[in-house]
Amino acid sequence: MFGIDAIDLARMQFAFTVSFHIIFPAFSIGLASYLAVLEGMWLWKKEEKYRQVFNYWKTIFAVGFGMGVVSGIVMAYQFGTNWAVFADKAGPVIGPLMGYEVLSAFFLEAGFLGIMLFGEKRVGPKLHFFATLMVAFGTLFSAFWILSVNSWMQTPTGHIINDVGQFVPDSWMAVIFNPSFPYRLTHMVLAAYLTTAFVIGAVGAYHLLKDKTNVNARLMFSMAMWIAAVVTPMQMVAGDQQGLNTLKYQPAKIAAIEGHYNNVTGAPLVLFGIPDDAEEKLLYPIEIPRLGSLILTHSWDGELKGLKSFPKDDRPNAFVVFWAFRGMVGMGMIMLTVGLWSLLRRYQGRLYTDKWLARAAVCAGPVGFVAVLCGWVTTEMGRQPWTVYGFLRTVDSASPLNAIEVGTSLIAFIIVYFLLFGTGVFYMLRLMSQSPANVIDQATTSLKRASGMTGAPSTLDPPQR
Amino acid sequence: MEFDLPLIWAAIIAFAILAYVSLDGFDLGVGIMFPFVSERSGHRNTMMNSVAPIWDGNETWLVLGGGGLFAVFPMAYGIVMPALYAPIITMLLGLIFRGVAFEFRWRASEKNRIWWDRSFAFGSVVASFAQGVCLGALIQGVKVTDRVYAGGPLDWLSWFSVLTGVAVVVGYVLLGSTWLVMKTEGELQAIARKFAFISGLGTLALIGIVSVATPFLSAEYHLRWFEGINIIYSVIVPGLVLICAAILFLGLRKGREVRPFLAAHGIFLLCYIGIGISFYPRMIPPDVTIWAAASPDKSLEFLLVGTVFLVPTILAYTIYSYWVFRGKVDSSEGYH
Repeated sequence: MFGIDAIDLARMQFAFTVSFHIIFPAFSIGLASYLAVLEGMWLWKKEEKYRQVFNYWKTIFAVGFGMGVVSGIVMAYQFGTNWAVFADKAGPVIGPLMGYEVLSAFFLEAGFLGIMLFGEKRVGPKLHFFATLMVAFGTLFSAFWILSVNSWMQTPTGHIINDVGQFVPDSWMAVIFNPSFPYRLTHMVLAAYLTTAFVIGAVGAYHLLKDKTNVNARLMFSMAMWIAAVVTPMQMVAGDQQGLNTLKYQPAKIAAIEGHYNNVTGAPLVLFGIPDDAEEKLLYPIEIPRLGSLILTHSWDGELKGLKSFPKDDRPNAFVVFWAFRGMVGMGMIMLTVGLWSLLRRYQGRLYTDKWLARAAVCAGPVGFVAVLCGWVTTEMGRQPWTVYGFLRTVDSASPLNAIEVGTSLIAFIIVYFLLFGTGVFYMLRLMSQSPANVIDQATTSLKRASGMTGAPSTLDPPQR
Repeated sequence: MEFDLPLIWAAIIAFAILAYVSLDGFDLGVGIMFPFVSERSGHRNTMMNSVAPIWDGNETWLVLGGGGLFAVFPMAYGIVMPALYAPIITMLLGLIFRGVAFEFRWRASEKNRIWWDRSFAFGSVVASFAQGVCLGALIQGVKVTDRVYAGGPLDWLSWFSVLTGVAVVVGYVLLGSTWLVMKTEGELQAIARKFAFISGLGTLALIGIVSVATPFLSAEYHLRWFEGINIIYSVIVPGLVLICAAILFLGLRKGREVRPFLAAHGIFLLCYIGIGISFYPRMIPPDVTIWAAASPDKSLEFLLVGTVFLVPTILAYTIYSYWVFRGKVDSSEGYH
């Protein structure tokens, strides 16, 4: 179909469905923990603001979580529908890890989400807090297992290959705690926290710009800016560590990220340029001498392998990897700037009154999502042309389907996702645009109005006493 | 002692799918009934609220069914998904349409809420029908060569799979309506009771047609049901279905609230056992057996260790969650 074969379409479909999906968990992992902290603070300090902010975000969480669930079910079936050969071959190793994800994470989230959203009056505050904690733990367990699966595909260890060509487990500890797993897990969980913090910070800032005395907006903004200031530097260290790990196990990916085609000693840090895979060179480079070697080898004269040291068939697409990486790092720079700026203003006692900081925080609301997507594109495209790095090629992983089938389903996914999840994101933004200060007042009036008309619950949170 | 790990796992997966059908079955059924209940009555809110706190947990059993298959029978997973490609994708899209409606309908303006009611009903019908089609296509059998699906893109489509698709839709309405009989009161309960009567009759009729047709699909099934000692099944299983049906209809007539729900689930359980009898020892008819499809013992063992502990835990908190939300629902309940 139009010169695109079934494998390209299957890859596009996976990229599309997983990219849409990751947006929701990246947000809900952080938000679930935030909600648990807020509820814990409320039980401890009994200050009304914690509960109001909790209820405000709980509603937004519910909308996002629902979309995460349904887009996640799709992922559980994508491996089989479009990547059946991969599923058969890698199933004995990664299948049980995903089985543990379902059993230890999805059920925990789903089982307690109902109580968290609807059960406060029925179970009392302590059990309700317990339910919130379980939802938060569930999201983290889920991250643990799925990152283990992904890391094994990047740096496979602990398996042997049997007579029908399947990967079979040899040592489970080596499979689960494969060489890149600790780095990836740390990097992703911190990324989720930062993503959520910047959304919460943006919402807090938006309402502070309207009314700088808004206590609830202040609470959100302050908590979010603490995370931005503290976690962003941690994330940079974690990212650096992951880079060193990648250099050790996937040097071709690093060569693509750095834009090096030739082996270089004392390599420069390439800030920008255009990698040209056909010509095998980096066009229009802007570089800082020796810094690349310093960062990656911790030595001025360290040697970095270029893409040409790998057979052409084993190289990733350098252009995409190079630019996706820079997208992620760029977002990190914005996060760092906002985080440090907020520290300065906090020290000066002007955290809530600096309008430019608030405006910057509003603009920085989506940076976490962009960074997460760019980061995943870097690592997944950088893994190509393999599904299981060094062992199973992407071209040998696909289902026996024709381009029409995969193309049709891809179009269906695109239409449905943009239509439904687009509306969902709109609803989330609309909820965020409501002031968090008078959640209760608004809800009471709107509840009366709605009940008067249809006997229906209102569209806003009723007070829960 | 030697355990037959593939067989144990086949039983666990079978349990997960049964749990899915029983649990999500009734909330899908509630969705299918949506268009038949007037919007102005406010009953739709009650219907939605009756399942809102638990649907997510119910649907997770589907993830366990799919994910579990991937985990322990990767070959079967790799064959079934491409073989049932179109109905599986359709089901997933249907589940999205209905899944988002739970939250979205409270976020939409009064004027636009109707669209999410439609999305809820549409998604429920589509997902249920697609599940039934998958069932029928599996019963028909799947062509496999060398561990890979070898049929065409439309092999799943036949009069039989369409028939099972319709049967599942009607059957889910029975589960959903008896759920509402149990969870609601007054006018809505009366509507639900009427639905339960009609869908009960429909379900029985469709079960009859599917059961009569199945043994004629292949000599294998014929043998399974009508030869030798096995003919006992052919008496016992339908006999028990009729007993459940009697409990259902008497219960509905006498105004019982819980019994019809249990009887409807009894009917589903028996059908499920019947399908199990037809399939065993195959995972995918006609050729792939449970043992051929299984992962190596080391994979089965590793996941089983956690499963024996986690599944009972899951069941415990699932029951707790149903207990928390026990009793009749009220249209104004919920946090919205």
